[in-house]
Amino acid sequence: MPKKANILIISVLITLFSVYNIFIYTSQDCKQPIKLSIKASKGQQLWQNNNCWSCHQVYGLGGYLGPDLTNVYSSPNKGESYIKAFLNSGVKTMPKFNFSEEEKDAIVLYLKHIDSTGYFPNYDANLHKTGWVELKYKNEK
Amino acid sequence: MKNKTALFFLAGALFALIVGVLFGLLASLQYIIPEFLKEYIPFNKMRPFHVTTVVSWIILCATGSIYFFITRIEMLKLFSAKLAKFHFIIFLLTGLGIYISFLTGKMEGREYLAYSPILAIPILIGWIFFGINYFKTIIKNVSNWPVYYWMWGTGIVFMIYHLCEAHLWVFPYFKDYIVRDISVQWKSYGSFVGSWNMLVYGIAIYIMSKIKSDSALARGKTVFFFYFLGLTNLMFGWAHHTYLIPIEPWIRYVAYGISMTEWVVLIHIIYCWKKSLNKEEKQSYCMAYKFLITADFWIFLNLILAILFSIPAINFFTHGTHITVAHSMGTTIGINSTILLASVFFIVSKINPDFNINQFLIKKGHFLFKVSLFFFWCSLLLAGIKKSYWMYFSENILFSEMQNSLYYVYVGIFVFGFGLAVSIVMLSTPLIKTVFQYIFANKNYS
Repeated sequence: MPKKANILIISVLITLFSVYNIFIYTSQDCKQPIKLSIKASKGQQLWQNNNCWSCHQVYGLGGYLGPDLTNVYSSPNKGESYIKAFLNSGVKTMPKFNFSEEEKDAIVLYLKHIDSTGYFPNYDANLHKTGWVELKYKNEK
Repeated sequence: MKNKTALFFLAGALFALIVGVLFGLLASLQYIIPEFLKEYIPFNKMRPFHVTTVVSWIILCATGSIYFFITRIEMLKLFSAKLAKFHFIIFLLTGLGIYISFLTGKMEGREYLAYSPILAIPILIGWIFFGINYFKTIIKNVSNWPVYYWMWGTGIVFMIYHLCEAHLWVFPYFKDYIVRDISVQWKSYGSFVGSWNMLVYGIAIYIMSKIKSDSALARGKTVFFFYFLGLTNLMFGWAHHTYLIPIEPWIRYVAYGISMTEWVVLIHIIYCWKKSLNKEEKQSYCMAYKFLITADFWIFLNLILAILFSIPAINFFTHGTHITVAHSMGTTIGINSTILLASVFFIVSKINPDFNINQFLIKKGHFLFKVSLFFFWCSLLLAGIKKSYWMYFSENILFSEMQNSLYYVYVGIFVFGFGLAVSIVMLSTPLIKTVFQYIFANKNYS
């Protein structure tokens, strides 16, 4: 049988873990909780079904063959028409997709929602001497 | 016992390893020849094939090793041999289902778990079968559990939990809130890797204690201290993946405080073990020993990298670059795969004491593996540094221009990746051959 002391330590850790998970699962998104609309949710599903994450990143998470798209919607010289132009024409590394206008709208809306949650890269973040990074949030006063 | 399930898992694992690295090679080729078969096997389709297959290698090899150690080395009667068979059959059929869904283009999942979420159900059932079999076998038959039994047990339980957590996105409560969704997704991935590390590191400690013939190695206070530290890290240390997501700062503070102590766990144990091992013991399990030493080297390299980018100010520059890939490759190949290869060599030496470890394929394969992996890792770091410079210190340079400037680095990644793939085929071929010989030989071995 396993030692009782070990079971006790594991029990304490699991209790802390459970409390911690409840906090994570119920935490409010920092500064501005953004809920996906039905159409944006469809865009998210298209993003998943076509494995866009294989090549592209959101907040630096994803694949590295294509660029990060966190703020592609609001970047200067980019935005809706730029995104739509890429979707069905493809580029050297990107295959041509065959999205309908409605699907393209949904993907753009999804990217717009992502854009509204924050910045990446977060150029206005404050790097402290302690090694801490204070992020700049969207719509922060 | 006539049950050969453990070897079926190991054969499947070695097969997945070879196929997985070949998928990886094909995918990396698209960095240097973007048009190469782009319409048939674009990167967005090849990557899930590669990732799913190499993750399968780790899971199948760890599972097969644990079944083997329990039944063959510890000579414990498995609670249910049938349950183990069902476990294997479920994983095999689900694996086939995943490949069929990939081939037909039905990938409804997410990064690392690209398959349709419905397929997570049989995977979960397989893990539950494994858990029932494991705990029912161990609890009544083993007293004063050595640390590896704890590690395997917690690894199984947390694999089940985090596999469920990784699919919470199917519920609108998580899916509809982008920041919460990304946080929970990456929380589960970080802890998912921590869970399989429990299985793999437990295997490393098991082999060490067997090579040294010293069960005290896995029962001391220090080793348990590090086990609990590792478990704490598994539970709370995931958030360095999400330092730059606008989550609540306290989550990032917790991660910063706990982060990356996991590496210290294993390095300390291997260091103490290596110091006290005599020459005769090293000789008797030569290849298993050599692979554990290779893992030791990679722990050092990844420890440095991990400590550096667990500091948020450094993570700020490395996140979203190939430096992260270098770390994950160093971990999954340099540490996990070398420990698992050590495990297979250890098992093969048990099922066939005459297995020739000095054969050309193994000696040269081991050398090529070490050299290729080191330069592969360096190439990824170089690509990451250049991308980070582009992100933060250059202006008006397009993404495509940055990618073009990395062309020769990507060639390097492919060439060293090719060397790595060749070395893996060289190492795995004699191992697969031996495992299959024993599967099809009419011998009762486990």
